[in-house]
Amino acid sequence: MIKDEIKNNLENQIRDWIVKNPKRIYFTIDKKDIKTVAKFLHRDKKMRLSTITGADNEINFELLYHFGLDATGEIFSVRVFLEKDKPEIDSLVEIFRASDWVEREIHEMLGINFVGHHQLKHLLLDDDWPKDDFPLRKSRKNG
Amino acid sequence: MAERKIVPIGPYHPLQEEPEFFKLIVEGEHVVELEIDIGYNHRGIEKLAEEKHWDQITFLVERICGICSNSHPFAYCLAGEDLLGIEVPERANYIRMIIDELQRLHSHLLWLGLAGHFIGYNTIWMWAWKAREPVLDLFELISGNRQNYAMLKIGGVRRDIKEEAYPVIRKTIKNLYPTLKMFQKAIQDDPVIQTRTRGVGILKKEDGISFGAVGPTARASGIDIDVRRDDRYARYDTLSWSVITRNEGDIHAKLLVRVLEMIESCSIIEQCLDRIPKGEIETEVRDIPQGEGIGRVEAPRGECFHYIRSDGTNRPVRHKIRAPSFVNVATNLVTVPGYTISDAALTLAAVDPCYCCTERSAAFTLTGEKILKGEDLIRLSIEKTEKIKKIYGNDKK
Amino acid sequence: MGIKEKILTKSLWVFHASVGSCNNCDIEILDCLTPRFDVERLGIQLVGSIRHADVILVTGAMNKKALKRFKKVCGQAPKPCFIVAVGICPCSMHMFKGSYSMQSPLDEIMPVDLYIPGCPPRPEAIIAGLAKLINKVNK
Repeated sequence: MIKDEIKNNLENQIRDWIVKNPKRIYFTIDKKDIKTVAKFLHRDKKMRLSTITGADNEINFELLYHFGLDATGEIFSVRVFLEKDKPEIDSLVEIFRASDWVEREIHEMLGINFVGHHQLKHLLLDDDWPKDDFPLRKSRKNG
Repeated sequence: MAERKIVPIGPYHPLQEEPEFFKLIVEGEHVVELEIDIGYNHRGIEKLAEEKHWDQITFLVERICGICSNSHPFAYCLAGEDLLGIEVPERANYIRMIIDELQRLHSHLLWLGLAGHFIGYNTIWMWAWKAREPVLDLFELISGNRQNYAMLKIGGVRRDIKEEAYPVIRKTIKNLYPTLKMFQKAIQDDPVIQTRTRGVGILKKEDGISFGAVGPTARASGIDIDVRRDDRYARYDTLSWSVITRNEGDIHAKLLVRVLEMIESCSIIEQCLDRIPKGEIETEVRDIPQGEGIGRVEAPRGECFHYIRSDGTNRPVRHKIRAPSFVNVATNLVTVPGYTISDAALTLAAVDPCYCCTERSAAFTLTGEKILKGEDLIRLSIEKTEKIKKIYGNDKK
Repeated sequence: MGIKEKILTKSLWVFHASVGSCNNCDIEILDCLTPRFDVERLGIQLVGSIRHADVILVTGAMNKKALKRFKKVCGQAPKPCFIVAVGICPCSMHMFKGSYSMQSPLDEIMPVDLYIPGCPPRPEAIIAGLAKLINKVNK
């Protein structure tokens, strides 16, 4: 079973493991382990990074890396929490290019810094968009 | 070594329906590098969704993209149902499948026409869009609107397909088969289309996996994925149909995958009409409790992904949308360089880009560099086809 | 109306600019050109370059990033040139009102000659709109 394999191999990294239903699994890891986990899921288990969800929880930031396993239709969502004052995490661009644009998007929308990304510039917003204005933060009103 | 020049395409350019900006860096006639600048269509839908009621969001996400205006609500509703842990009635599942497959037909025909236009074969454009009109008529018959069908809601569908509509749908689908077969034959036999598309804009399998490409773009490169089969939403697992894959990865393969998929879609619709049961069309949903849910569907362009999180109020706290074009457009970064400028127009269009999805959310002055005008690019593409036509014309004599 | 405008109405050449649309209006505009509606028989043609345009069809709610480019493009249009707002988005912003990346309705940015509301307007509505434009100019 793929779930057991992941559990056994990432024993030291996984903090909590929630099976919402047989096809939707969520687990939390520390932010320093993201590269190890992503390498394992993508290279060994042949999973595809569907997308990354970034959310502002007001007390901290949360990133959900959704990995899809196409052979079985399962989605493994890897949850990472980042502290509010200095949100930073390793970029995954060197592992797969699927994370290139989505990291740029999260960077401009939430102001999270992806360390090691080769060109962390605006993707959707204009170049002269104010530097400290992050639209998806909860403290920012729309408009 | 030839001098490096820049060819800008866009943001307003005859090649594109939508505004986006490509910077082709060329040496002579060969493209060596591509830069993509998007965001001219960004509407901030993810933030808007946080201000709207759960029911209003189906209409909001419908307007992410006009071409796949059923896929986004579908994925959103599946996410909502995943959060609630409910099943929708059987009849609703079948209605959802019928609408989704009709939408695939209309979207692929639309793309086929535009691809024909880019090669300089306006006949294909006219023929494909003529064949698309009866499909739009079906939408009007079922939902009352040619685009934006507003058929879905969390828990089921908003309106039923009346029994009187069945024979009309059957007849339209039956009439579509010969047209689709004709397109398939044209793509496989026409020497000009062959020369323009074979071996051009190849997306290698390993690049496709690295970029996380989805849908026909991935399937044309030998990546065997289809959410309809893999995730088994609705009732696709009970029907008999096949996932079309090709290994070449070039534009020809992408053309063929889409045309063959349309034939599969027709068969799916016919099977749905045979099996659709009578009964309820929705499960009542009173409120959305705290929790999170993921929904994904196979849109015409590939996997469409929605993630929602609720805190128990009547609005989501986070709604993440990942449209298929978001990953597919990025593959242009590797498929366009290495070919000539006249192929660039076609290659850029071959992923069936949809920028309004990607972003949802030739007025450039560069001093000291010679700039080709916007319309020159289509002219180059058309000229190349004319040249090839002449060669084949002479052969016949 | 001056003689220049009257000459334009013999054969309208339209340029289509999307400034933040959802594609629906754009495909309905293209649909007008295809066999069922075939506006070319009425002398209406879609042109590739704004320098040839008599009419600019604007679709979508104005996006802040697109605004600068759009103004630049409009500056290159030959005068006189009519501006037509196609769809409800350029008319009133629709449901995108109040978004951080949206500017304002089109008529707050530049004078609009004709509104064609609808989400999306049917091809018939677009053709009827252009016919009204011609009548208005000829009066």
